Amino acid sequence: MSAVAVDGVWKFYGDFPALRDVRLEAAAGSCLALIGRNGAGKTTLLRIMAGFSRPGRGQVRIFGNPPRETATRQKIGFIGHGISVYDELSALENLTLFGKLYGLADPRRSALEWLERTGLERVRNGLVREFSRGMRQRLAVARAFLHQPSVLLLDEPFTALDDRAIAVLQTLLRQALAEGKTVILSTHQLREALELASHVALLNRGQAAFCGPSTPEMVADPGLVYARYGEG
Amino acid sequence: MGFFRQVLVIAAKDLRAELRTKEAINASLAFALVILVLFSFAFDPTEDTTREISGGLLWIVFAFAGALVLNRSFARELPNDCLDALIAAPISGAALFLGKAVANFLLVLAVELVSLPVFGIFYNVQWTSQFWELMLVLALGTWALTVIGTIFSALTVNIRLREVMLPMLTYPILVPALLGAMQLTTGLVAGRPIGPDTVAWLKMLIGFDVVYTAVSLVLVETVLVG
Repeated sequence: MSAVAVDGVWKFYGDFPALRDVRLEAAAGSCLALIGRNGAGKTTLLRIMAGFSRPGRGQVRIFGNPPRETATRQKIGFIGHGISVYDELSALENLTLFGKLYGLADPRRSALEWLERTGLERVRNGLVREFSRGMRQRLAVARAFLHQPSVLLLDEPFTALDDRAIAVLQTLLRQALAEGKTVILSTHQLREALELASHVALLNRGQAAFCGPSTPEMVADPGLVYARYGEG
Repeated sequence: MGFFRQVLVIAAKDLRAELRTKEAINASLAFALVILVLFSFAFDPTEDTTREISGGLLWIVFAFAGALVLNRSFARELPNDCLDALIAAPISGAALFLGKAVANFLLVLAVELVSLPVFGIFYNVQWTSQFWELMLVLALGTWALTVIGTIFSALTVNIRLREVMLPMLTYPILVPALLGAMQLTTGLVAGRPIGPDTVAWLKMLIGFDVVYTAVSLVLVETVLVG
């Protein structure tokens, strides 16, 4: 069974089809890099996979189940364009809150563990509004990984990250892949993504123009997929 | 985690965030007190007619002051896309809604409880003679306000003019509950307990709360995800 299966998904904004009959799959333990120009539909597709919005037609399955099922949501970790943590709460309060919402046995202990793994243990009681951008991004990474999700959906995760946050995220993603977790990430930073990706999908104007294994050629020349399958 | 524990976690989070920033509660409280004081200059507090409009006056103040709290309820989730994280979490939309409604209820009730003594002083009204019945009406009316306000706060959260849209959507639906609360409050403030002539308003207020809470709990998932 695929970890993530997208089957004939359409999404309309008014009359405009943002996604047109998208079909792709990601096997458990694989890393799929979702690439495409601005407006290609990457964010829309990831949001549907995460269960934030419903497709107009077609369906998404996470381990065979709809993404909005409670048990399925437990398996998904998401990093979007926003950091999705509260400015008015401390780093520890934020992670403890999400630990409770995900039903972790000991939310505070898990929160402390992830603050340490992301290098934020010294500022654990500091309010997020006082954090630098890089620290906020690392906290967002900790929030997404906190509940040990089986599927990680990351929307342009390397954008606006500082060097340290990129290193933290790449290390965590490699560990997650080594543990058999599935990663789907949309990105414009092809080199970083292709270093991790086992598969590549190219979205072009809402359609999946290519979906297949990542090859050494692609890693050597990240523009190759666009040149061959996109609009050049 | 159980449903009610999820509700408490969401309510505690909202209350903690609000008590740190005091954005909504300060604005709401200041608004309520200023309106009460200004109206006290417009009416002669010794007149019986002034006491006869006391219920209406109080609930208009509570409804408008409450809107300032309710506007922030889901708007609080917009910075940093926190609403996405809540929708992604394995909790039901109903728990999310109820948690927010409970937090809003407590905040609006706090504003009302501070406003009442001010009302008593400036309007020369002995409002405590039917204290517990008045508290019951206050709780029922406030729950009606918060349950309707919270669901519309979720509905309008992504609208640019949500501060305008929320009252426009909320108040027309609230009319029956506000009428009931006004009638009951006027009688109680004047020292008349709830009797056979006013008990129908109480039943209507309870029915309103039950029906709209149930409808909101059913609809909130669709409102949030589509």
